[in-house]
Amino acid sequence: MSTKLDFSVLLREDYPRLIIEGIVTMLQLTGYAWMLAMALGILLALLRMTRNRWAERAVALYVEYHQNVPMLVQIFLWYFGVPTLLPDSVQLWFNQRHSEFLFAIIAVGLCMSAYISESLRSGIRSIPASQMEAARALGLSYLRASRLVILPQALRIALPTLVSHSVLLFKNTSLAMVIGVAELTYATREIESQSFHTIETYLLTTVIYLGISLLIMAGGAFLENRYRIKTR
Amino acid sequence: MIIDIFHILRDNWTLLLIGQYPNGPLGGLAVTLILSVAGLTLAFPVSVLLALGRVSPIRILRAATSAIIYTVRGVPLVMFIFWVYFFVPLLIGTTISGFTTMLVTVVLYEAAYLAEVIRAGIEGLPKGQVEASRALGMGYGQTMFKIVLPQALYNMLPAMVSQFVSTIKETSLGYVISVNELTFAANQINSTLLTKPFPVFVMLALIYFLLCSLLTQFARWLERRIAKRRTGGPRSIAAADMSTAADPVGATTAA
Repeated sequence: MSTKLDFSVLLREDYPRLIIEGIVTMLQLTGYAWMLAMALGILLALLRMTRNRWAERAVALYVEYHQNVPMLVQIFLWYFGVPTLLPDSVQLWFNQRHSEFLFAIIAVGLCMSAYISESLRSGIRSIPASQMEAARALGLSYLRASRLVILPQALRIALPTLVSHSVLLFKNTSLAMVIGVAELTYATREIESQSFHTIETYLLTTVIYLGISLLIMAGGAFLENRYRIKTR
Repeated sequence: MIIDIFHILRDNWTLLLIGQYPNGPLGGLAVTLILSVAGLTLAFPVSVLLALGRVSPIRILRAATSAIIYTVRGVPLVMFIFWVYFFVPLLIGTTISGFTTMLVTVVLYEAAYLAEVIRAGIEGLPKGQVEASRALGMGYGQTMFKIVLPQALYNMLPAMVSQFVSTIKETSLGYVISVNELTFAANQINSTLLTKPFPVFVMLALIYFLLCSLLTQFARWLERRIAKRRTGGPRSIAAADMSTAADPVGATTAA
């Protein structure tokens, strides 16, 4: 291993291509999983708000499961376990379409939807019931009261945790490496094992991860500031 | 399928529990627990120092500790594991085992997350506590160690239990560098059985689920108890405050 840093090695062979493809795959994975997590998270939070006891219990169990089992184990279960239950034709369909990538999206998305639904729920719960009562008393329908009075406040309160969960989701896409998704961490290991320039490779990737994480955090801080409720 | 799980458990329970011990290295759930307990225990003093740095009146200290914490929080745990895996041997000159690598990683990673929990505890205390103790003639250090920290740490006990749950989940990543822990053991079973991946991984998920949700329930119970104690009443605003303070930065990790 060289003691002097030489980043030009990363431009040799097809390393730049590997890195760029890794970044693209990582961002795609993050994007799709985030959309899945948000959509499901909102749905779960709404389900839990309905006063139906069974719906509430089912969502609570879903959340408990996804928060108390390591994401790595969830990924294994999806990638190695679930396909064996599917009929052969469906398995074939998955295998022809990068099943590892699809299952990584499902595993990461489902897991994070539990976290997102929890932060949305605590946002909604933190709005005093009198807000709803006042809105209804002023003649707003339930839906309009939710949309115009409750949600704008709840989302602001939930925003910081939503942002940190988004960062978490982004970081956890690196776990897709274990099932062979060629995202950035996977690419890094490939390059490292071919070039033996450990420090340079890992430094570059770490900086990329850190940069994007900080960008998401900064974006969150910006939104928080932009939509701050002005108080006297 | 349930029968499959029972069979797998019956045939492999020692491997899952203690690995090949006493005929081989310790592994399975035992190593998962040792890693988590040791990791969090060793991370604790570091995190207190980091938290004190974060709330310190000295600007450079604040900036330095913030930089450390943001860096750790912005990098995936897998990346961290590889850094430790390659660079600790380089620093100390000898190779280290997968177990030590994972332990060092967990300590460094958890120190940063725990520091944010403790900081939230410190900042959650009423200002009057510091003012009163300073008025009584205590110095900054005395105020911190005798007045602020004992209360902040006590209030944050539930959050620390949650952090312990996160740590247990994080140790599963030891699998990546072949640390002989629970997830690794399950993968061994899976590769000997070959035809039963679904029952094996459902079983693995169930083991983690039982362990972690038990601890989560314990954290919730602690939270209620502490809220009750601090206010003298069963239901209060402080209880609601605590529940948001318990996860101040969304510090829980899903690893």
